[in-house]
Amino acid sequence: MAKVDEYIPIVGRSIIDDLRLLSEMLKGRVVQHVNSTAVGGGVAEILNRMVPLLRDLGVDTRWDVMRGGERFFEVTKKFHNLLHGRAGEIAKRDFDVFLETSRENMEELEIRGDIVFVHDPQPIALVKKRSGNKWIWRCHIDVSNPDMRVWNFLMDYISDYDSAVFSSPAFSQRLKIRQFLISPSIDPLSEKNKELPRKTIDAVLEKYGVSRGKPMITQISRFDRLKDPLGVIEAYKQVKKYIDCQLVLAGGAASDDPEGIKVLEEVKAMAGEDKDINILLLPQDDLAVNALQRASDVIIQKSLKEGFGLTVAEALWKGKPVVASNVGGIPLQVKHKYSGLLCHSIEGAAFAIKQLLQNQEYAKNLGRNGKEHIRTNFLITRHIRDYMLLFLSLYHGEDVVYL
Amino acid sequence: MPELVKAREPFRFYTRLHLSELTGLRASTLSQLLDLIKDVPGSCIYHHTHRFLQQHQYLSPEPPNDFAYWVSEVLGEDELGEKLASIDTIQFSSIRELRDRISEVMEGYLKDNPSVRLKFVREGEEFHFIKSVSFVLPSNQAAYDLKEFIEILDKITVDSIYFHIFESRLRLGKKANDFSNWIEISVGDKELAGKIARMDPYTHTLEDLRKTIIGMIRNRLKGL
Repeated sequence: MAKVDEYIPIVGRSIIDDLRLLSEMLKGRVVQHVNSTAVGGGVAEILNRMVPLLRDLGVDTRWDVMRGGERFFEVTKKFHNLLHGRAGEIAKRDFDVFLETSRENMEELEIRGDIVFVHDPQPIALVKKRSGNKWIWRCHIDVSNPDMRVWNFLMDYISDYDSAVFSSPAFSQRLKIRQFLISPSIDPLSEKNKELPRKTIDAVLEKYGVSRGKPMITQISRFDRLKDPLGVIEAYKQVKKYIDCQLVLAGGAASDDPEGIKVLEEVKAMAGEDKDINILLLPQDDLAVNALQRASDVIIQKSLKEGFGLTVAEALWKGKPVVASNVGGIPLQVKHKYSGLLCHSIEGAAFAIKQLLQNQEYAKNLGRNGKEHIRTNFLITRHIRDYMLLFLSLYHGEDVVYL
Repeated sequence: MPELVKAREPFRFYTRLHLSELTGLRASTLSQLLDLIKDVPGSCIYHHTHRFLQQHQYLSPEPPNDFAYWVSEVLGEDELGEKLASIDTIQFSSIRELRDRISEVMEGYLKDNPSVRLKFVREGEEFHFIKSVSFVLPSNQAAYDLKEFIEILDKITVDSIYFHIFESRLRLGKKANDFSNWIEISVGDKELAGKIARMDPYTHTLEDLRKTIIGMIRNRLKGL
């Protein structure tokens, strides 16, 4: 596991010195993270990397995982979809299942933190156990248009917290408690983002049968309608009329997701016999994702809806020119014409891809700016700094805090 | 020619880190934006007029405030966007004055272009008001003369430069930036202090500011 000092060559010594200054101010306080899974999913991924780094900085950090059965997680999956604004049913018995598991966890899970940091809706009810310590609720999902039955149910808990944290300004609601904007981050030393030698990249391309012969446009995403893979193929076809290029659509396998399988079939049907469309299934192969991104000439993220869209940060970190939809957290990462190109339609995406493929200097400049934007704002070191500031804010209510 | 004098008081470098606090307040029209600008806490005005400097420090100086960016790029009112972008922030010594100027420019534009009131942005493109919460902390670095000062300035974080040049002047209500204050009062070099104070820092990137100030001091020290 990486140590904090290993980030010095990437972000500079002074940034790490600031982290040490902040961690000094948290001496003696115990921070306890609680979420619902130890592996899999974005929250576990970030905690797996962040908890050791906070400990390395001397912040006494614990991490507990709540327990829940299949029925509980079916209900919280429903919560998740409804909070995202999808239509769906929810019944009183669903809330009862949620409350029952919450009660069990309140009895079983030991609260040891001076600061308890609860991630997402699953363990939200634990706050009813609060007793003189500080509580933070971290919402990782897009709640800009939540189903009000679920949101109002959660509000009963949210208002018991000291602060809430969201990933995008669009997710903020009028709340009685303080709420902060903290963006997620990528780890430049992880398998998915570390520097790769040319031969590793070539080996991955060979393994997946992708040639280097033609300019490569890539979208890395699971096969999901909200990622608009069919729109990506259409945009590619419009570009292909003028530039002989290839498309890579790569994403996780979707064997447990019936809708995902259907989308994948539609994607294959639309690709037809075009040998320059590479459809790749990459189950949890971070190294392959890294290599494909590094081998690409343009990276596209044509989502119709997006939480934050960390694949954009990953692409920008590799200095790649990006074309991405103006949705969710993407505009925080891409400033149109400064660090990438934003689009609102298939035609707009195709036009932007053409611009980038035909103007390599322009594309390079956008990529260079994009990389610096990520270095300043979206690496794990900034995320750790924000979390430590968040912890300190619990003890200071003013707008200018002298530490 | 000045000698390398030992300062009466050392310059202690501070750093400033910030958190963005959400307000849940949003605007879909220019009128809503104006009403909220008049009403939100000063920390919101500060955030939206200074965020760009820190988050996009690698770019050549670009739209210095979020209001200008939203009005041009989202609402499509380029002329107003240009007027807002060119507000000379350095002239104002308080957030209140800056807020009044922004409101005045918007009010004037709405008066001349009443049809703009009818323009709504699409869902998802609203302007979201955010507040800046600053944490000021000592960096453990102190300079006792100008030579030491530029040695530290060369290595300190851009957050520290940002704090001493922008935040302490406008947000904490000091007349000039901290560097000029110290050089004038503790080092006693009024000319150099004045030269640094006369710069418009809003038209530099933070790295560029670092280089420019170091260059000015180095030139001053050359004759010693």
